[in-house]
Amino acid sequence: MKQILSFVLNGQPVVTLAEATDTLLDVLREGLSVTSPKRGCDTGDCGTCTVLIDGEPIRSCVTIALTVEGKEVTTLEGLSKDGELHPLQKEFHERYASQCGFCTPGMIMTATALLNKNPHPTREEIIDAIAGNLCRCGAYIEIVEAIEAVAGGDGKESA
Amino acid sequence: MMTSIVGQSVPKTDGLGQVTGSALYIDDIKYPGMHYIKMLHSPVHRGLIRNLDVSAAENVPGVLGTITAKDVPGQDGYGFFMDQQVFASEFVCYRGERIAGVVAVDEDAALEGVSKIKVDIEEQEPVFDMFEAMKPESPLVRPNLETNLWDKFGDGTQTIYRLRAGDVEAGFAEADEIVETEIYEATHDHAQLEPHISIAFLDDAGRLAIHTDSQAFYLHLVLCLCPVLGLPTSKIRYIGGRIGGGFGGRNDVHTDHITGIAALKFKVPVKWRLTRREDLATTMKRGPYIFNVKDGVKKDGRIVARYVKCWHDCGAWAGMDPMPSARSPSLAWDPTACPIYGTMAGASLPTNRPPPPCAVLPRPMAARPLNWPWTVRPRPSA
Repeated sequence: MKQILSFVLNGQPVVTLAEATDTLLDVLREGLSVTSPKRGCDTGDCGTCTVLIDGEPIRSCVTIALTVEGKEVTTLEGLSKDGELHPLQKEFHERYASQCGFCTPGMIMTATALLNKNPHPTREEIIDAIAGNLCRCGAYIEIVEAIEAVAGGDGKESA
Repeated sequence: MMTSIVGQSVPKTDGLGQVTGSALYIDDIKYPGMHYIKMLHSPVHRGLIRNLDVSAAENVPGVLGTITAKDVPGQDGYGFFMDQQVFASEFVCYRGERIAGVVAVDEDAALEGVSKIKVDIEEQEPVFDMFEAMKPESPLVRPNLETNLWDKFGDGTQTIYRLRAGDVEAGFAEADEIVETEIYEATHDHAQLEPHISIAFLDDAGRLAIHTDSQAFYLHLVLCLCPVLGLPTSKIRYIGGRIGGGFGGRNDVHTDHITGIAALKFKVPVKWRLTRREDLATTMKRGPYIFNVKDGVKKDGRIVARYVKCWHDCGAWAGMDPMPSARSPSLAWDPTACPIYGTMAGASLPTNRPPPPCAVLPRPMAARPLNWPWTVRPRPSA
């Protein structure tokens, strides 16, 4: 039986219906047509469905939708403000940190959570933070450089 | 000046959509009245289908109907050799082969339908090793083969491709040393991040439109969709462009012909998206390669002659395989460094493994066998 679910999505309050077995990814993608979180594995392994729940990076494909009642959910769509790209989006774009782009939403959301907590992470901390996000095209070097550029590093690979 | 663009980076044309989330992949697209497919895959590696009863599935609420071999509108054969069956109807020859699809209003109803399909398969002993499959006493990988050695080109051997440049024997005679090695390249799955997916629908011009994740449009159109669906190219609107990785894994048709058949039969938009488990367990792999490499080398280190024999386990169906099998040994040749070269060929040998797509060729492994020992390891005895 569907139940009423209300939460804040990218700054806007939403009210929708969800089965007890629906995942947050189901509700976002199928119910609300928010398609940036991707369905890569549906088992919490690949990280491309990552969204922020109250600022924490969470795999939406293994999160029961009804557990986000009253919470704040942020997806990639919610990062740019007033038509301005978020610095991470800008650096990912300019540094070619996306190839096929399927892992990009999860990568950027994970990086957002990292930088919110730790604005100047070391390269090791960046690598550690995105360890749960798979990029099969192998753009990891550019991804780390883009995050490093936002974090105030030079965005160049050290020798 | 023309040179002003040399050395300058060009913005990635589709990059903005990817970083803002507005880029639409196939699973992000919905059509009104869209239905979903779930598939019954073969649970065994090799066997004969004694009976297939889909009637109980068709009575499940929400199920529109089923698709089986009987619903293939054109010819039931595709691929380079035009022989791969769309659905198994009499025999299965690899675990994961499609047997019947259920089309329903949502995936839950379709899955419920799949669980109601009754199939009776007489399981047979499978063959997994290509050298076992070459032995005369080996069971046939599938009953419609006369031999496990494919000889589609009629030259009396399983060889499908030969390449020669210069006199290889004379090259070896000229060499100071002969070095031989065997390289085993294991099975790979491409594991692109977006599982295989397709949407098919009839557009307002009466054409069958298919959103595809294909990496080989024209090949898939002429070697699969047109013959299987019984349509000319002008009646198929093949829509592609954005895929979540490929790496060769989308060089064979996995879902387009199935959604096409369903859309033609039920006249509704149909989506089939594979789960990750389904993608890994049932779609095509890059089968193992074995290269025998013989090099004639001079004392100063130059390779003056090379002879390569290549065997490729192409799984139960040729699929798009003859191309990579043929090309792989030719890529082991570097004409600038090794003037004399010969291959026995890229032999495609069938086993009861999932068939391969025209996947990433094992070029580095083949081209560098003697100088880069990190790729050289003995073939597992098992």
